[in-house]
Amino acid sequence: MTSIAKPPVKHPSSRTNGLGLTIRDYEGAMSTLCAGCGHDSVTAALVQAGWELDLEPHRVGKMSGIGCSSKTTAYFMKQSHGFNSVHGRMPSVTSGAAAANRALTYIGISGDGDSLSIGLGQLSHAIRRNVNMLYVLENNGVYGLTKGQFSASADIGSTSKKGEANEQSPIDPVLLALTLGATFVARSFSGDKKQLVPILKAGLMHKGFAIVDVISPCVSFNDHEGSTKSYAFTREHEVEAVHTDFVPLRREITMPETGEDVHAVTLHDGSTVRLRATASDYDPTNRESAYAHVRACQARHEIATGLLFVDENGRDMHDFMRTPSTPLVELPYEALCPGKGALDKLMERYR
Amino acid sequence: MSGVNDFAFKIGTVNGTGSASANGLLMQAIFRMGIPVSGKNIFPSNIQGLPTWYEIRVSKDGYTARPSEVDLVVALNPATYAKDVATVRPGGFLLYDSSWPLDPDLVREGITILGIPFGRMCVENFQGDRDRTLLRNIVYAGSLAALLGIDMDVVSSMLEEKYGKKPKLLTSNHQAIQLGYQYAKEHFTCPLPFHLEKMDKTSDSILIDGNTACALGAVYAGATVGAWYPITPATALMEQFKAFCERFRVDKETGAHNYAILQAEDELSAAGIIIGAGWMGARAFTNTSGPGISLMQEFIGLAYYTDIPAVFFDIQRCGPATGMPTRTQQADLISLAYASHGDTKHLVLFPANPGEAFEMAVQSFDLAERFQTPVFVATDLDIGMNDWMVKRFTWDDNYRPDRGKVLHREDLDKLQRFSRYLDVDGDGIAARTLPGVGGKGAYFVRGSGHDKHAAYTEDSDAYLELVDRLKRKFQHAATVMPKPAFTLREGATVGLVSLGGCDAAVREAADKLAAQGIVVDVMRIRAFPFGAEVLEFFERHEHTFVIEQNRDAQLRSLLAIELGIPRDAMISILDYGGMPLTAKVVIDAVSRHVGAHGQAAVTPTPRAVSNGVPA
Ligand SMILES: Cc1ncc(C[n+]2csc(CCOP(=O)(O)OP(=O)(O)O)c2C)c(N)n1
Ligand code: SF4
Repeated sequence: MTSIAKPPVKHPSSRTNGLGLTIRDYEGAMSTLCAGCGHDSVTAALVQAGWELDLEPHRVGKMSGIGCSSKTTAYFMKQSHGFNSVHGRMPSVTSGAAAANRALTYIGISGDGDSLSIGLGQLSHAIRRNVNMLYVLENNGVYGLTKGQFSASADIGSTSKKGEANEQSPIDPVLLALTLGATFVARSFSGDKKQLVPILKAGLMHKGFAIVDVISPCVSFNDHEGSTKSYAFTREHEVEAVHTDFVPLRREITMPETGEDVHAVTLHDGSTVRLRATASDYDPTNRESAYAHVRACQARHEIATGLLFVDENGRDMHDFMRTPSTPLVELPYEALCPGKGALDKLMERYR
Repeated sequence: MSGVNDFAFKIGTVNGTGSASANGLLMQAIFRMGIPVSGKNIFPSNIQGLPTWYEIRVSKDGYTARPSEVDLVVALNPATYAKDVATVRPGGFLLYDSSWPLDPDLVREGITILGIPFGRMCVENFQGDRDRTLLRNIVYAGSLAALLGIDMDVVSSMLEEKYGKKPKLLTSNHQAIQLGYQYAKEHFTCPLPFHLEKMDKTSDSILIDGNTACALGAVYAGATVGAWYPITPATALMEQFKAFCERFRVDKETGAHNYAILQAEDELSAAGIIIGAGWMGARAFTNTSGPGISLMQEFIGLAYYTDIPAVFFDIQRCGPATGMPTRTQQADLISLAYASHGDTKHLVLFPANPGEAFEMAVQSFDLAERFQTPVFVATDLDIGMNDWMVKRFTWDDNYRPDRGKVLHREDLDKLQRFSRYLDVDGDGIAARTLPGVGGKGAYFVRGSGHDKHAAYTEDSDAYLELVDRLKRKFQHAATVMPKPAFTLREGATVGLVSLGGCDAAVREAADKLAAQGIVVDVMRIRAFPFGAEVLEFFERHEHTFVIEQNRDAQLRSLLAIELGIPRDAMISILDYGGMPLTAKVVIDAVSRHVGAHGQAAVTPTPRAVSNGVPA
């Protein structure tokens, strides 16, 4: 995971939050992702959310797997402890970390490749365990880092560079999470800071597993005709899929300000996605209607966004395990070892 | 062998018929009579209906290896009767259920056949299928009590302990024991020529299995996070850990659990969980067996490369693939030593029995934190699941966990800059910080290339510096890993080298070989990487035998790779059919070789000395 240190320049007039920190204190290393990659917009939203929530950076565990998306952890909150684990396995590492130290705030960053194929099992079980964490799924429909293969969220009909069409139905992380009983399910768009920041903040505050599926376009691999949001563009007609020697410099795609519920967003490849924000009278506490809403949007070729479902009364992993409010790592050894007397007594049971 | 307090017997039954408690009762009764005893449960990988055997060895001299022959077989499974008859030693006895007539084809010359109508007696005396089946086991235990001279007072007090609070069960069990006992007394000359007489050789011992011992070690080491996925023969380890935690770690006032046990969705996840917890500073462990180790490889490499402590208990079983899940082997040695891709080397401990498993379990957490690396405790099905007679476990209340090099806030304040992988002391171990510490302590754990500051790199020099430090760390570990256990005899030119559960059979073989005039030294390897003493032992002996339970001589390969010992200087004795090793296998192989090479017998038999390391 590449990163370049950012020069620590602070503007004297920068606003400070409740902890006396400026927004710069929530930034990380310089991004090495492609210019215009949606993941960088997610980073910016996380920086904003952390700052606004007065999160103490050193009390945050930034967790990720492997992929362009998983690099994001390096680009925000440089004072936080970070962990780039292995491909698809961030949820288990986070489960263990959270089990050992419940006092930190955990932010997991993953991609659609990382989460929905190799890591599908771990994602499902982190939901089932209801690990207290924010799980950001940066969803671009492709494997970015390995250069453009379809991911499990690629839409039917999107085509590869060779013209092959994806025929398999996508796994929708939102429907998956709703089905598995996730206690916080949201979807947003990387360029829609206005919607994304509050969702991330809500997810961070949620007790339990908060998944936010963020549509996050890939500049490098959805830049050709026929892609809905996936696959490789390199240089037209002459570059093989595994070798990207030209990456277009693009601007971040941002959400237009229209005040409407449905936004058509044009991606780097010229295709559009239609994002429908939940309406003001939408009830996010009903799992069934959340499911119906997402499906109804799909039928209209729209992507439902917003906070889709939340259950604030769910029991999280620590409730299931009955762990004490003091983090396990802070329990003194004396509280853990039964001592010689107990062992001597116990030995009689094995006589 | 065979005589007073020196014989072996086995019971052949059907899995799922409740014979385990009767067999346990027999073994424990012998133990409580002060007589050294060991038991091996040979069971199938299914829940009901297939053959299962329980072998009990009584040895006044304290030998606990699996016996090479049995003096008495209790043949209660018609499906294996023919096979069971054949396993009695000439001159031995066979006890069978005479409720039904015995097929004349199955009568064998040269052994004494005793029939007791266990089934019929149960039908006549007890109601219901369940009781009749279950109590049949207690009836045969009663008959064996008479035939072998088990003290009935001991048996009665054991039943009292077990069923004291369930009067109905107590009565029926008493009745069943008496039925079997009286029938044998009335119909046969009791006791048999080989039988039991009280001794006083077990008062400082216990009967315990290795999984329980490891679990207890994890509790005493202060482990707080356990993650696992069920697998035979490792399962009981976490179940026991849970039971101990429920007993010792539940806060009386709040009901809070001062531990976290996560039953993961698979072994990959279990490994990830303990690595996450280890990173946080918790003592964390998983328990698994070969198939699980295979799945954990990727994560093991991550922990190695990122300097994260984690303890893995590998209860080895017969591989490869699913193999024979209920048979024992030592065939994960190489996969543990070098688990994962790329250049990796790991610390592995090889306890020989549950007593040492308890100690090494504690030690494994100290080593993992001190060296910030995965540590494997390699036992096997035999150690893990069978009851062993070992010295009572002891505990020193002055023990404090070795947390290794951890920098706290005050330490960080004094530093210019914290560099996670900086080898200040030259021992390959860099100081770590625990997440949450603040100040300068934050850093990134990454499985991708990183330099000594934990920053991403693809620079060759920075990479080399890091992997060479890991190698230095491993070499340093070799100097502090548990030393081998030696049993040395004056004048020995032959050396026997083994590890883990082979130990009991190897030491017994060494004694018996000495009695035959073949004087051997024994070295039991207790850890990987190997210390300097291991090489010295090879240098001191003209012939060395390496005894292990796998097909491909994995220990021998490790010795050759790591110490440069020529492969052909080591004679392999390999026993890998899935059964615990017997002394006979070792004696036969060594005497055959020594005979063939015309090595002179050394007389008289010198007395053996050990290096004081638990042999
Ligand atoms: C075990 C394993 N298999 C394959 C890979 C190669 N790999 C690296 S990243 C990646 C896909 C990443 O895709 P995604 O999570 O969608 O992230 P993106 O790069 O699109 O942001 C793959 C397959 C790996 N690192 N480890
Ligand atoms: S390849 Fe795609 S996902 Fe990866 S950094 Fe570039 S734009 Fe982002």
